[in-house]
Amino acid sequence: MTALLTILIVLFVAVAIWQMVKIFNLAQVGASNSQIADDNDNRINGYLMLGFLVFIYGITIVSFIYLGDQPLISNSASEHGPGLDNLLIISFVVIFIVQIITQFLLHYFAYKYKGEKGKKALFYADNNTLEAIWTGIPVIVLAGLIIYGLFTWNDIMTVDEQKDPMIVELYAQQFNWKARYGGDDNVLGKANVRLIDLDNANILGVDESDPNAQDDVIVTELHLPVGKPILFKMRSQDVLHSAYMPHFRAQMNCVPGMVTQFAFTPTVTTAEMRQNPDIQNKVKNINELRVERQAEIEEAGQDLLYEFDYLLLCNKICGKSHYNMQMKIVVETQEEFDAWIKEQKTFENSLLN
Amino acid sequence: MSATGDTHVQDDHDVHHHKETFVTKYIFSQDHKMIAKQYLITGVIIMGIIGILMSLMIRMQIAWPEQPNVIFESLLGKWAPGGVMDADIYLALVTIHGTIMVFFVLTAGLSGTFSNLLIPLQIGARDMASGFLNMISYWLFFLSCVFMIASFFVEAGPAAAGWTIYPPLSALPLAQGGSGMGMTLWLVSMAIFIASSLLGSLNYIVTVINLRTKGMSMTRLPLTIWAFFVTAIIGVISFPVLLSAALLLIMDRSFGTSFFLSDIFIQGEVLHYQGGSPVLFEHLFWFLGHPEVYIVLLPALGITSEIIATNSRKPIFGYRAMVASILAIAFLSTIVWGHHMFISGMNPFLGSVFTFTTLLIAIPSAVKAFNYITTLWKGNLQMNPAMLFSIGLVSTFITGGLTGIILGDSALDINVHDTYFVVAHFHLVMGISALYGVFAGIYHWFPKMFGRMMNKNLGYLHFWVTAVCAYGVFFPMHFIGMAGLPRRYYTNSNFPLFDDTTNAQLVITMFALVGGVVQIVFLYNFISSIFYGKKAEQNPWKSNTLEWTAPVKHMHGNWPGEIPHVYRWSYDYSKPGHDDDFVPQNVPMKEGEEELHH
Repeated sequence: MTALLTILIVLFVAVAIWQMVKIFNLAQVGASNSQIADDNDNRINGYLMLGFLVFIYGITIVSFIYLGDQPLISNSASEHGPGLDNLLIISFVVIFIVQIITQFLLHYFAYKYKGEKGKKALFYADNNTLEAIWTGIPVIVLAGLIIYGLFTWNDIMTVDEQKDPMIVELYAQQFNWKARYGGDDNVLGKANVRLIDLDNANILGVDESDPNAQDDVIVTELHLPVGKPILFKMRSQDVLHSAYMPHFRAQMNCVPGMVTQFAFTPTVTTAEMRQNPDIQNKVKNINELRVERQAEIEEAGQDLLYEFDYLLLCNKICGKSHYNMQMKIVVETQEEFDAWIKEQKTFENSLLN
Repeated sequence: MSATGDTHVQDDHDVHHHKETFVTKYIFSQDHKMIAKQYLITGVIIMGIIGILMSLMIRMQIAWPEQPNVIFESLLGKWAPGGVMDADIYLALVTIHGTIMVFFVLTAGLSGTFSNLLIPLQIGARDMASGFLNMISYWLFFLSCVFMIASFFVEAGPAAAGWTIYPPLSALPLAQGGSGMGMTLWLVSMAIFIASSLLGSLNYIVTVINLRTKGMSMTRLPLTIWAFFVTAIIGVISFPVLLSAALLLIMDRSFGTSFFLSDIFIQGEVLHYQGGSPVLFEHLFWFLGHPEVYIVLLPALGITSEIIATNSRKPIFGYRAMVASILAIAFLSTIVWGHHMFISGMNPFLGSVFTFTTLLIAIPSAVKAFNYITTLWKGNLQMNPAMLFSIGLVSTFITGGLTGIILGDSALDINVHDTYFVVAHFHLVMGISALYGVFAGIYHWFPKMFGRMMNKNLGYLHFWVTAVCAYGVFFPMHFIGMAGLPRRYYTNSNFPLFDDTTNAQLVITMFALVGGVVQIVFLYNFISSIFYGKKAEQNPWKSNTLEWTAPVKHMHGNWPGEIPHVYRWSYDYSKPGHDDDFVPQNVPMKEGEEELHH
């Protein structure tokens, strides 16, 4: 129904445009029929350029007001998150300063120097000082951003084995995620898709004879102890997937035929995050919207009310159900985690025979 | 018949003086002006309409997910049972929209139209170096269009692995319906396309190097020609790499090799592939893919340089810096591909290197933007539709380019990679900007192509509505991306986390629909002006470049009599000591007149 309504609106807009064109053309009668801009065109379009500048600023402000409150800029839940967010904010400040100034100059000049008959432009072809200035300034600013960025990148990507990270395998397949813990020895058993034995419920292709594999734990909900460095090892059994954990500022592709990795330390438990005022606000906002669409949501068989959870999403196009390839992440205290993992079946016990 | 029967071409160049039939004049033409028009109609107009229609369907699906829609029902047929779009066809639309817009519209359409039209005319040549190769190039392009469109009519649907066709998804029909016959057609189409593109590019390069008229030194070339020339060089360097990637992928798909595939278990069976790596494909793909961005963008910037100078009645500011920045961008564009792969699993140290080279590219880009702005300063701006689109291009180039600083930074890319932030970024900086370049070029050179003027008021309407809609669509999209919403999701309704972006999605779709519909105004203007437009004068925009010294009526060989000689660069606008505010390149220097730094 809404779709039909929109099509109608679009049709009306089309008709309106059509009419405007007619008016434009009628207004032309009597004027010279040259299709080259005259002083009148220059003036009108000059003013429109100013108007467009206001529009650009306006849409920026409106976007910030309605969409600016983003979980990706604040409220990170990993140790490296705040550093990354700082870099993002600094980059944004630089970008916005440049954007505001250059868009102003561009559109203001387009208005200020709109053509008039008989006026002559300034013959001004070159100025090495100016060129040097606007080559030099970007060089300096970018050098700063590059250095800051590379330090941040290095910090994130360097895995400190000294800290004894917990090893977790993220296993991707069309269209779901599994996680495998190293178990008590914190060592993942060897695995290869050629060892997959569905009849024996060995779905990840873990080597059944590997002693390190026996205590591995395979789950469909990712639990992480807060404050503990986690080293993720990613695998995929079929096509490219990407393990995207936006709240932790973490992402890495899962590539068939190789093991990729990414490490971070979660710093905020799910329970704590649910108490965060920003998140509560967001959840409240989302639930208000969901109540408006109640019928539709219930028809789709979803829970009406949304409760905050960390998520792992697939972020590399992987086929038909790419849009629904997700896994819940629970960050909890070490004690809660220990209790949870104790309840899970070890690999050894999960096999059918 | 020859276009002007009584004119004899008496020059160093070949004498084209055979009888022309309808077929040799309009279909298998070897005349660069006709081939340019053929590219314009096929590449820009027809493929453009298809590509834009797809984008509108994508936007409608995002705004009203899984709801019946008469448009889907009528256009998609069996892939929209009951008018509800199928998830597979959504990915196919995303894939083919990207392929068509990037390759067919903005590479072949843009370069094919304007390089063909302008290179001989602006450097003072009778035609391209090889008219025959030029004709072959167009017809190969036409063939590749046919294959690409044909993929919509195969049983399992067209390619749906994204325009980057990363294996294994694109290699295994078991992984996705579209990876069967649809992907085969995609690969065949692209292989033919690359052949076409290489023939075209070689022709452009040879023509620019060899066929410049007397006095047309490289430093007197208009920036359009510099841009087309360098674009062709990048194309020749990078397109063959995509061809090899496509061939290896074909082998993996059909002949059981394992270049890109290893250790795959799908639908209950282990496949035999061993030892290949999808990351290798990513390297090969982006070795073309990133230069491709500049293959799309540089011609648009070249067109803009010419139009901004002409309509500002001022020399382009910093000609040498502009040429240097084109060369710098071209060089850097070949060593930055890894910024598409920061999180692909490649060594993080490589990520650092690519961050460095990528952010370097911002420097020549900034120089270009500042030079455009300075060219406007104290000008006498003639606000023709082409000028508006050129100013619009600079605006979107800045807005879109700036967010590249975020995406090019490997650390920041971790979190916005493959989200709507990327979609917003590249649509503004290469999609909309290059499209504005195409529109600017069409409005500006329409009189040269068709001997008639386009209606300016329709042009104004077209520009202003398009400009507002372009920002309306892509500006808020950055924020949706920063909310963490991945792209290429058929529907977001499985993630309540993103529910607060649904209203913004709706607004974006509205802007997209209005922006799409207003292109009908352009289409109407374009078609009706071909037949009923006001007759054009020889040099309507009072421009300096050589194409405006050729007669309005097209003729084989471009100029009756001798080819004009060139005595100056093309940017002597409002030069002191001259009565007119323009001095065409074929006007000899006055006594004591100084030529600027050449």
